[in-house]
Amino acid sequence: MSQNQIVNKEDIVVRFAGDSGDGMQLSGTLFSDASALTGNDIATFPDYPAEIRAPHNTIAGVSGYQVHVGKSIYSSGDKCDILVAMNPASFKSNLKWAKKGATVIVDIDTFTTEGLEKAGYTADPFTEEFERDYTIIKAPVTSFTARIGEEQGIDKKTTEKCRNMFALGIIFFLTNKSLEQTNAYLERKFAKKPEIVKLNKAVLSEGYEYADKLEAIHSHIVSVATAEMPKGRYRNITGNVATAWGLLAASEKSGRRLFLGSYPITPATDVMVELAKHKSLGARVFQAEDEIAGICSAIGASYAGALACTSTSGPGLSLKSEALGLAVMTELPLVVVDVQRGGPSTGLPTKTEQSDLAQALYGRNGEAPLVVVAASSSANCFYWAFEAARIALEHMTPVILLTDGYLGNGSQLFRIPKMADLPTIKPRLATPNDPNYKPFYRDPETYARQWALPGMEGLRHRVGGLEKAPEGNLSTDPENHALMCRNRQEKVDRVANYIPEQEVQGNPDGDLLVVGWGGTSGALTLAVEEMNKEGKKVAYTHFNYICPLPKNTGDILRKYKKIVVCELNNGQFAGYLRTQFPECPMHQYNKIMGLPFEVGELKAEFNKILGE
Amino acid sequence: MTEKHFVPKTDAEYTKKDFTSDQMVKWCPGCGDHAILSALLNAFPLLHDKKENICMVSGIGCSSRIPYYVDTYGFHSIHGRACAIATGVKLANPALSVWVNMGDGDSMAIGGNHLIHAIRRNQDLNITIFNNEIYGLTKGQYSPTTKFGQVTKTSPYGTIDYPFNPGELVMGSQGTFFARSLDVMPPLTTEVMTRAAEHDGASVVEVLQNCVIFNDKTHQAITDRAVRDDRTIVLEHGKPMLFGKNKEKGIRFNGRQLEAVVIGENGITVDDILVHHEDTEDVGIHMMLARMGGDLPVALGVIRNVKKVSYTQLYEAQMEEQMEHGKYRCMDDLLNSGDTWEV
Repeated sequence: MSQNQIVNKEDIVVRFAGDSGDGMQLSGTLFSDASALTGNDIATFPDYPAEIRAPHNTIAGVSGYQVHVGKSIYSSGDKCDILVAMNPASFKSNLKWAKKGATVIVDIDTFTTEGLEKAGYTADPFTEEFERDYTIIKAPVTSFTARIGEEQGIDKKTTEKCRNMFALGIIFFLTNKSLEQTNAYLERKFAKKPEIVKLNKAVLSEGYEYADKLEAIHSHIVSVATAEMPKGRYRNITGNVATAWGLLAASEKSGRRLFLGSYPITPATDVMVELAKHKSLGARVFQAEDEIAGICSAIGASYAGALACTSTSGPGLSLKSEALGLAVMTELPLVVVDVQRGGPSTGLPTKTEQSDLAQALYGRNGEAPLVVVAASSSANCFYWAFEAARIALEHMTPVILLTDGYLGNGSQLFRIPKMADLPTIKPRLATPNDPNYKPFYRDPETYARQWALPGMEGLRHRVGGLEKAPEGNLSTDPENHALMCRNRQEKVDRVANYIPEQEVQGNPDGDLLVVGWGGTSGALTLAVEEMNKEGKKVAYTHFNYICPLPKNTGDILRKYKKIVVCELNNGQFAGYLRTQFPECPMHQYNKIMGLPFEVGELKAEFNKILGE
Repeated sequence: MTEKHFVPKTDAEYTKKDFTSDQMVKWCPGCGDHAILSALLNAFPLLHDKKENICMVSGIGCSSRIPYYVDTYGFHSIHGRACAIATGVKLANPALSVWVNMGDGDSMAIGGNHLIHAIRRNQDLNITIFNNEIYGLTKGQYSPTTKFGQVTKTSPYGTIDYPFNPGELVMGSQGTFFARSLDVMPPLTTEVMTRAAEHDGASVVEVLQNCVIFNDKTHQAITDRAVRDDRTIVLEHGKPMLFGKNKEKGIRFNGRQLEAVVIGENGITVDDILVHHEDTEDVGIHMMLARMGGDLPVALGVIRNVKKVSYTQLYEAQMEEQMEHGKYRCMDDLLNSGDTWEV
């Protein structure tokens, strides 16, 4: 391969698309893992249908996985440089995600009359115009794979499952990467089935050699720059696993056993799936009969002294509303993880959105303040889950952690922390037999009450959904209700005293302040960075603490003449900011398509505002 | 597996007073809840569970006020969710003796799903259902146990809802313990509550309770002193199912269904009478007993009490196994597991 001309690139986006059963998620993962292990920064984004196996070879059944690798990666990338399309349906639905001039690899064996018809094609998809705009590799993936299967005496069904390895082999050639990592993975994964290892390795290698023989594409080989990352130990991690691990870490650092009561829901289920594995670390996971039982069991566990959590997505959060109010009223620590998806109602279960913000902030009866924080990358879900738990335990309040489908299912490099470097969490446990203990007496600084656990001597008390006096008995006294409402609000407001100030990135003297929150930081960071490189002056502030906001939020907002709040909803954060800072006029940039932001669209919008 | 005892016992000789809280009991005078509370307070000293380790969990309704009147830890939660909250309490700390108290609407309407699943899992919870066949706290609407055809505020022309029988629900949910008592029989209530607490697994005690304001005398046809001995039967394990003032009547299986017979009539002797076995695994007879009423006396006492490894035992065994032999000892192990690399 040394005679080939290799193009050096800062980054490259590869998109794997195929039928739901074609193994595209695995191909993408293997490519991103191999890239990470050879020093690239990475971000991935799975784009899969809600149906497990939709009708074979139809558009409805197309599953995609986009991988962005390179030197400094903030997001999974807008459009791809290389598209793999394993059938006509995936070609048809994914070509819009390919850059003009991209390399498109198709399994030409699937472009039969029947296959084209199923995808809704009435004419040859490879028009002259297409052939001019893209580099097309019409690879005989199915037939080559079948031949290897036959040679090795493997049945047809098993062989067909390896087609993705052929495509992956081509990708490895095109990106100048060795097969070593993937071969090692296959040996591990199928250790007990040597014939499967042999078959997969042979198909992978065949794809690689096939590409090597195609002289036409030798000018398209790229070498992607490796990352300049802080020294340390790294791993690849998805947002949902990072969230689960953040909760486990908080359990270890607080000395409180971890409890998760949850009900399966896309795209949040993997938080529960991950924690269910870790009984050895003390994780007590309970798969409840419904969403309500999920949160109620967590509230019960919290009363009994656990670091209690429940994980869900939008519709589940709706069902948990009443119980969330109970957690507010009883002032028990609780972490609610909401991996947001497209709504309302069942909405777009497998697509990402940020439209649960208003529900998180306000979705309860009565004056029911609680803390809301949001993660902003797949990897930092670890730290935000940890922080959500810290606030819950130290301030005796429910905390909603907002992540989203994009963060939860996407993956990123994660610099592995040492547990010794994480802060100790200090739960506000009461002292047994403390004669002065009263359930709703408060710490004068934080306004947090003390946590007396059943089993502790001399602290017997009752909690519940009815209003109580500070001493713990029921009270319908008007003054008391006003006082308790004020105190619960004050407790949440005072969390602002224990969080860092909001920071501004980009050009702090910019003509425009870009405001984002939660899972959009990758695309926003890159858009702002590129614009500043292009000579524009753009400042950027990204919120993770949503309620309460950092104390200097108003100071930042008031500094800029032009502000644009960008979010994947119709303006919920913008509306929230306006109620608190009515003096600051704000533009909005909203996208409500179930998809993450693209850098291109953001830059176009920012340029438009700057030009106004 | 060997059954473990998680709730610590004490030698302390508690009395009823030790469990009576300082709060004024605010139920209506004449309400059956007073007697049930009293029966419960009498049960606690018999159990010798450490007082600090008792936790009362209730939902919403008149009966759900009970945690305020018991001097233990307590959680007066939200409507229908007591079983779910109690499940979390017990999972977080199996050393707690967890008591769930609900009314008929709380447990079988809004909370029906939680009830059947708590029973199905057989987690070690002591569940008491106060059944007055009405929504009392909201002032008189029909509940899932209101008698068919009864006129209430929301059924002015008579209900057309077929009522639940809690015993059937328990057994349909693979329940391992079901007992029934009457509010007017506090010693029996205390006895079945004690038995329920001793049962490892989900135990359900139904207490037929009178709502003096909105459904007065709903159980009178069986509770009235003049007829009680003929209209009810207190089942005892290993003993023939005899009832009546002089135990002159009994329950017989006629090959098709249960029937009430009189000893000495038509040549019937005590040998023809069914002997109660609360530990029969098959629910057949227990189901029939729980359904009795109408021409047959309503069954009281422990109707079903079978051994089946509880969720609590299974859960703690898995935890113990993994904490001793699991792959990761601490978070640093997990963080550095799998594919990692140094930069």
